[in-house]
Amino acid sequence: MNFVLSIVVSFSAFVVLVLIPLVGVWALDLRTLFGTVIPYTALLIFFLGLIVRVIGWSRSPVPFRIPTTAGQQKSLPWIKQSKIDNPSTTLGVLVRMIFEVLTFRSLFRNTRMEYREGPRIGYEWEKWLWLFALAFHYSFLVVVIRHLRFFTEPIPAFVTLVEQLDGFFQVGSAPFSGFMLPGAMLSGLLLLGAVSLLLLRRLWVAQVRYISLPADYFPLFLILGIAFTGVLMRYLLKVDVIRVKELTLGLASFQPKNPEGIGVLFYIHLFLVSVLLVYFPFSKLVHFAGIFLSPTRNLSNNSRMVRHVNPWDYPVKVHTYEAYEDEFREKMIEAGLPVEKMPERPLEQEAETLQQGEKD
Amino acid sequence: MADVPKPEELAKIDHSLSPWQGWMNAPTEIREGIACYGVAPKNTRIVDFPNPREWSPFDEDWKLPENWKEIVLDGLRERIDRFRSLKIFMDICVRCGACADKCHFFIGSGDPKNMPVLRAELLRSVYRKEFTTAGKIMGMFAGARELTYDVLKEWWSYFFQCTECRRCSVFCPYGIDTAEITIIARELLNLLGLNIDWIGAPVANCYRTGNHLGIQPHAYKDMIDFFVDEIEEVTGVKVEPSFNRKGAEILFITPSGDVFADPGTYTCMGYLILFHYLQSLGLDITWSTYASEGGNFGYFTSHEMAKRLNAKMYAEAKRLGVKWILGGECGHMWRVINQYMDTFNGPADFLEEPVSPITGTKFENAKSTRMVHITEFTADLIKHGKLKLDPSRNDNLVVTFHDSCNPARGMGLIEEPRYIIRNVCNHFFEMPENTIREQTFCCGSGSGLNAGEDMELRMRGGLARANAVKYVHERHGVNMLACVCAIDRAVFPDLMQYWVPEVGVTGVHELVGNALILDGEKERTTDLRNEPLPGVEIEEEE
Amino acid sequence: MKLEKILKQKAPAVVKTWIRMTLDTYPADARRFLNEQKDPFANPVGQALSQEMKNIYLELLEGLNPETVSSFLDYMVKIRAVQDFSPSQAVAFIFFLKKAIREELKKEIQKNRLQDECMDFESRIDALALLAFDIYVTHKKKLYEIRANQAKNQVSKLLERAGLICEIPPWNPDFKDANGQE
Repeated sequence: MNFVLSIVVSFSAFVVLVLIPLVGVWALDLRTLFGTVIPYTALLIFFLGLIVRVIGWSRSPVPFRIPTTAGQQKSLPWIKQSKIDNPSTTLGVLVRMIFEVLTFRSLFRNTRMEYREGPRIGYEWEKWLWLFALAFHYSFLVVVIRHLRFFTEPIPAFVTLVEQLDGFFQVGSAPFSGFMLPGAMLSGLLLLGAVSLLLLRRLWVAQVRYISLPADYFPLFLILGIAFTGVLMRYLLKVDVIRVKELTLGLASFQPKNPEGIGVLFYIHLFLVSVLLVYFPFSKLVHFAGIFLSPTRNLSNNSRMVRHVNPWDYPVKVHTYEAYEDEFREKMIEAGLPVEKMPERPLEQEAETLQQGEKD
Repeated sequence: MADVPKPEELAKIDHSLSPWQGWMNAPTEIREGIACYGVAPKNTRIVDFPNPREWSPFDEDWKLPENWKEIVLDGLRERIDRFRSLKIFMDICVRCGACADKCHFFIGSGDPKNMPVLRAELLRSVYRKEFTTAGKIMGMFAGARELTYDVLKEWWSYFFQCTECRRCSVFCPYGIDTAEITIIARELLNLLGLNIDWIGAPVANCYRTGNHLGIQPHAYKDMIDFFVDEIEEVTGVKVEPSFNRKGAEILFITPSGDVFADPGTYTCMGYLILFHYLQSLGLDITWSTYASEGGNFGYFTSHEMAKRLNAKMYAEAKRLGVKWILGGECGHMWRVINQYMDTFNGPADFLEEPVSPITGTKFENAKSTRMVHITEFTADLIKHGKLKLDPSRNDNLVVTFHDSCNPARGMGLIEEPRYIIRNVCNHFFEMPENTIREQTFCCGSGSGLNAGEDMELRMRGGLARANAVKYVHERHGVNMLACVCAIDRAVFPDLMQYWVPEVGVTGVHELVGNALILDGEKERTTDLRNEPLPGVEIEEEE
Repeated sequence: MKLEKILKQKAPAVVKTWIRMTLDTYPADARRFLNEQKDPFANPVGQALSQEMKNIYLELLEGLNPETVSSFLDYMVKIRAVQDFSPSQAVAFIFFLKKAIREELKKEIQKNRLQDECMDFESRIDALALLAFDIYVTHKKKLYEIRANQAKNQVSKLLERAGLICEIPPWNPDFKDANGQE
């Protein structure tokens, strides 16, 4: 599978997914199917799939305590332990996980050093992957939170707060306001930008391109499609927000409605979101749940202090000291090493018996 | 005229691919200089490993059982159910590429299949095919592929080009640990008798004689007696180690490499000198010929074999009735002790929580496993001022310290050896930040790859490490590379000879042995290697 | 010499092309890493390549002092000796320089009729290739030496130390032989 084929395959899949609601709603007017049935099913699959996945993981035990220690262990009291990178307590692990999940600490670690004029050395961190990843995940989160306004009435305060913060960087105030456009939200554009950059990086960096599968391009296209349709609806081809909210609120309150007059763009958006939800638990996107169960990160390095038990431990065949001594007893005695069992007769006699035995 | 290729065509590495080709189609070649020899049947038979036979990885036919594929897939299924690590690592990689350039084998060879992510994908692709719905239906579009004979050979080639050093795991945002994947992949290969002899032979030896080199008990004692004579020659003091002695307070276990391979032997003398020095302060310690191996090559075949070999440590401690165990300088030995031993063969309730008999320090971090690292022990002694040291005896040395992968990333033993070195040497310089501590570069020969036939692999695998040594050598005049690992001590001399011939290799306790002032010693004129001490030559000439 | 002046002026371009051609001998996927990772410790191969090739080129212009140029060639060839190259592949990069020069300076050479000078300079490159070959062989020999010594050290030191073999002591005129005769 080369990367061209990977991209063609995943992009084709994406195009088909866009065409489905286009045909379904625009030509066939299947609004109930696309507005109610599919979203509900997708959500159900998302939650069930995720639960099945997490249960599947947790059914495999953790036989050994194998954290990656990335700093000084707890040892003598006067040696400063690296409590986060080599945690020996649950609190340490918690902090390590929080840093890992919220700041992508391991990616951040990516340092690089350069010679600068002569023998001087400077450090620089390789920041792009970390930066794109952070921008992507956080803008995604903000976008999701902002969308809660479509599913709640009254809108909770934190949603409004996030919106205010997001809109604080109103990029659209000057030229666009004349067109009666809503103030631009940073997060949507940031999401679009970050996803594009991640995609470009995947194509640009030869190593990453080499390892990429269709399964790596597909979710990027999908999210790109979702963000793009979202931005389009918000700024250019506006849909009737009141009616949209009627629909979404209906979904949230389990009294589904499918009001007329919502543009097909909305249904494409909703369908792509549904696909993402369905795709989520069965793809690499589950990393967001998997990280919490990763044994090299979520365990403390205390296996010399507290015994870790392996649930499937079984007895094994070992070479006992007795067997060892039986094999080497005479040599051990000769070398003056203590033995458990002295031969009953002195060695010389033993040798004589052996010789006699041979004669017989 | 014949069609002569142009130099630029000739010069390409054979496995170079056009960007239009994916890695799944790239053929794997088992190459001389890179691959190790296959395990000999006698070494598999003694430990009841499957499929003992004469075979060579360079042959077309590897003489596998007919149902080899079934064996591997059943084995994989079983391990997915037993190791959450494996299951998670198979599922959550997003192929971000953060690990790609962190592997010393990729850095040294440029071979893309040496990128940790791709090494894992070799296994992951088969996992997808057999264990995921998407893989079963969509095949290669889901990144899945069939397990074929060629894929098996590819596995063998690349899982024996990984030293299980865990450097990639430090940079992975999900903590995916290629060492764990390699360990389990090697277990699968082992089910078909596909190990290398450099691992198989030490395992067989260790099982029978208690140590990797197959040293019989009397020879072990002879060797240490030989060190006793050497030490007497250098210091004028006769040290008196004891063996297999019941009722001793502490059992000492070190890798057998320290007893039989230079320059580890000088480290061993360092231990002997230290123990002798402490005798009058109340140290009561014994060596064992049965548990005469700290290292554990079983760990490079399977978890089960690791457990079988490791069992000797507690068994011997119990038989001798000691209170706790002290462990020598070794790399993977300490990963096994820190992360596996108690689980494998514990609880060690017949031992006591370790307390230093000299300083009274409780080693709280070892209160369950009851085994203490010798640098923890010695660092504590120095901190309490119990050792009379003359660091100027190491003044001919400009030292740098190599963090061995396993103590660094599977334990976190980072400051203890440094503290000791700073107290026994006057000239110590660190290598660049991104090549030490948790980011340390592997020697390139760990996890059983320290054979002779794969010298090219070892040299390029160790390039990243050697390059940093070269830098401090040129910048600070470093001439001695210190480490706390027996494999390091065995392989670094070769590596240095190739890349930075001016730099020697030492264990930390060799430096201690040189600096430690014994009661009643004569004026030392040489170090433990019988080389003149700094300044001595000049005085003689005058 | 006119050519040398031009070669000096165009040094950055020629060296860049030369390095690019040499990088092309590595797998496509490693090229970017080798070329762009500027950290000499994270990327020793790429950095050695770019640093030493520049030095070699400049040294070629100065004439060809075998000692100096060997010191630049050494690390590069040493690296290529342990990578997946055949002997010819390992040193072929030297010849790429000819092509790089012809590619970069085609116009100047024709315009100024420097073909003859160019031939002279190319014979210098040939000498360089011979040197590289010597260095390559030295390092390969070293590898086999290390390999052999490793096996020897393991066995002979064991025997020696276990007292199983007896070495002839260094010559000593006062030494009495085993029969006690002087």
